Amino acid sequence: MSSTPPLGPAPGAEAPLLELRNIAKRFGPREVLKSIFLEIAAGEFLTLLGESGSGKTTLLRLIAGFEQPTSGEIRMGGEGLDLLPPYKRKVNTVFQSYALFPHLNVRENVGYGLRANGVSKNETAERVEQALAMVKMQDFANARPARLSGGQQQRVALARALVNRPELLLLDEPLSALDANLRKQMQSELKALQREVGITFLFVTHDQEEAMALSDRIALLREGALEQVASPREIYAHPATAYTAQFIGQTNLLRGEVRNGIVNCGVLRWPLEEADASATFSLRPEAIRLSVDGARRNTEVKFRGAIRQQLYAGASELLEVDTGAGQVLRVRVPACGLLTGEHEFVFPITDAVRLKDA
Amino acid sequence: MYSRSYKSLVSAPPLLWVGLFLLVPYALMFAHSLWLVRDGVLLHQWTLENYRKLFTNYVYLEVLWRTAHIAASVMLCSILLSYPLAYYLSFRARARKELLYQLVIVPLWVSYLVRGYAWKTILGSDGVLNGFLQYLHITHGPVSFLLYSPFAVVLTLTHIYTPFVFLPVYASLEHIPRQLVEASHDLGAGPLATFCRVILPLSLPGLLAGATFAFVLSLGDFLAPLLVGGSSSTMIANIVQSLFGAAYDWPLGAAISVCILLLVIALLFLTERLEKRWAFK
Amino acid sequence: MSASGSTRRLPLLAGYAALVFTFIYSPILVLIVYSFNRDGVGGFPPRNFTLNWYAQLFADSAIWDSVWNSLFVAAGAVAVALTLGLLAALALDRADFPGKGLFRRLVLLPLILPGIITGLSLLMFASIAGMQLSLTTVLLGHGTALISVATTEIFAGLQKIDRAQEEASLDLGATPWQTFWRITLPNLKLSLMAAGLLIFTLSMDEIAVTFFLIGRDNTLPLEIWGRLRRGITPEINAISTLIFAASVSLIVIWHRIRTRSIGSEAQQLLENPLEAE
Repeated sequence: MSSTPPLGPAPGAEAPLLELRNIAKRFGPREVLKSIFLEIAAGEFLTLLGESGSGKTTLLRLIAGFEQPTSGEIRMGGEGLDLLPPYKRKVNTVFQSYALFPHLNVRENVGYGLRANGVSKNETAERVEQALAMVKMQDFANARPARLSGGQQQRVALARALVNRPELLLLDEPLSALDANLRKQMQSELKALQREVGITFLFVTHDQEEAMALSDRIALLREGALEQVASPREIYAHPATAYTAQFIGQTNLLRGEVRNGIVNCGVLRWPLEEADASATFSLRPEAIRLSVDGARRNTEVKFRGAIRQQLYAGASELLEVDTGAGQVLRVRVPACGLLTGEHEFVFPITDAVRLKDA
Repeated sequence: MYSRSYKSLVSAPPLLWVGLFLLVPYALMFAHSLWLVRDGVLLHQWTLENYRKLFTNYVYLEVLWRTAHIAASVMLCSILLSYPLAYYLSFRARARKELLYQLVIVPLWVSYLVRGYAWKTILGSDGVLNGFLQYLHITHGPVSFLLYSPFAVVLTLTHIYTPFVFLPVYASLEHIPRQLVEASHDLGAGPLATFCRVILPLSLPGLLAGATFAFVLSLGDFLAPLLVGGSSSTMIANIVQSLFGAAYDWPLGAAISVCILLLVIALLFLTERLEKRWAFK
Repeated sequence: MSASGSTRRLPLLAGYAALVFTFIYSPILVLIVYSFNRDGVGGFPPRNFTLNWYAQLFADSAIWDSVWNSLFVAAGAVAVALTLGLLAALALDRADFPGKGLFRRLVLLPLILPGIITGLSLLMFASIAGMQLSLTTVLLGHGTALISVATTEIFAGLQKIDRAQEEASLDLGATPWQTFWRITLPNLKLSLMAAGLLIFTLSMDEIAVTFFLIGRDNTLPLEIWGRLRRGITPEINAISTLIFAASVSLIVIWHRIRTRSIGSEAQQLLENPLEAE
């Protein structure tokens, strides 16, 4: 998935804001990033998604300027970015630990960047007030960071970065330290905020649900290389590889063979007009449904299986279905009460997405 | 989680010891300062005569002034030497950091006497430094102000106390999260601005602690003047020492000691207050 | 490597740091070099390498007597300071009592108070109590002054102990006394060793407090001091060099122990936090 041409936004868009060309980063003998090509459009909300160790934070730090790429270049607005030190880049960062200055109060923290760049006291005061209002922290202007809760500190960190009107805002897992409810709330606020200010957001997270909820596009990183870059809907419906299919949402991986125009995966068979080869398919659990009357359209596949486990999830159930021959499929159906024994299931052929070699 | 007997058992011995060997001696010293010596005999009369003598006698005041001057100079020089060193070690040294740190710590614990003696041999008229200068024909005769002068005392004490100032400064610099420096850069402040607005303010507690150390310990020093100071550098502690020795006037000596003790306690209170205001997180 | 442009300032700062290092070390190096100089101390450059001064040193029985005395005092000081320091650290960490703040400050006071004050106050105490000045009074003085060193080291070590370990021990049926011996104390082993080593070194070098509490028998520093009043001889260079070598070894060991005892925290401080991810 490396050295492919730039993975950019939809065709017809204007010139990209940020371009990463063949970026690689090595720490001693370890290759943390391998040959990254990426373009980010102005105004978009792009998420770098990946497990720990995938290189997502390193990539962020390269763009912020705290590290230098081992090779490759970064361009913003057509100009070379990697030649500039961090304090000259029109890029601001919201750190995972917030990194608020403990010896300054909230107002002084938020105004720090403006003062450092010579903005007048009056204008600074005005813009700081606006920024604080935007994150709803006006009442805490005189407080020291030590007195604020995690969520409050996070808002201040956001205001501090945004007040400088950067061309690109980097967010390094800013919500990971918050508890679940606060997190959901902040996600929605963040999304609304980005829409409102129109600044390009580059967001880093390991939480795929978060990525799907917030992003215009997701860039999935795996062991230092880009696995797939697409919109959340696209990446969910058409995952390119088994890794993507399993990392984002849940799926069933069906391994089988195409022979003479027919796919054979365990007990499942359906027609496929493609050359003979071994193949892997991704089938989402919610694509499979209980067959009520045993009927099957010829665009669907039917199979029979015994229910081994049933996990109740409020609105739905997750079933573990054993088709025999060692094949177990996960099926998500709407809540239906307890099921036992054998049942029949169907799924549309088009929902079995063929993956590139895993 | 800890029973009352456990707590009493651990608290009692040190409390008793400290009470007996610290509190009581200080109280005794205080009492002595209120007594008198007349015709070589200690009289247990209660009087403030010693304090009056101390603060009105021109000789004592001059010595006090010189002592404060020397102590302040030592404090300043130590800071000028150790702060940049600590900064370099904390923020710039990478692989060699640990080694360099050990190298700074080591002389800290080498005997005071050894270091004072070393300077004595270097600064004298027949000393190594003079020999060196004459060897290079920079001077043609011995330079005499080097030894037996306040200069020598300041030099020696600075040499001894620079590592003392280094330690707390280094510790407080190390405590500054590196992300704060990155955040400052990220917001547009260059290295100099970052130092002035983030690093320096956050290192003040350590700096304060180190400076207090150097000042107070220099103030009460009596060995350096004896080794390298000569008669022109008598410090207040020398006076105290002679009052407990040949000049036999324990009450007066005790009075001066009490003043030093009170000064130290006052300084400690002050720095504690300031540290609370300046220490963050 | 960050692209913060800091490399521009580096040469100046590094140069200054090197200068400071030179300042710290050159007097000691001069001392060592001249201990091997036949013509004695002074003049430049040193010629004529000799070991005579060391030979003279080893034959000097007064010096070695004083070394013995110093060892005796140091050993006693370690015993006193460690025991009381351990108890004081435990008290400060776990007990609450009126006057705790005063106690804490009192314990730490000798650290910053000039030695002359500590020495004189104990002298007055000894005089009122009718005690004869001797190595024992010196021992008591060192022990008292150095409790603060033990307390700070051990207190820091106590913070690192996971409280849950002691709770687990009690939960499993051990008494507080057993818990102390089997869990707390072993966990403090490194702190105790580090503190003991430091107290030993400081006691061997101590001169200010000792000055006022010494009786007939000299400790090593005071023996040297007495000689100094009579004049400079390179024999003092020789003994100083040996003291330096011994102190260095002890401090290096102390530092190794301490780094091991605070373990991962020190490692975190040293390691580049910008690595990985």
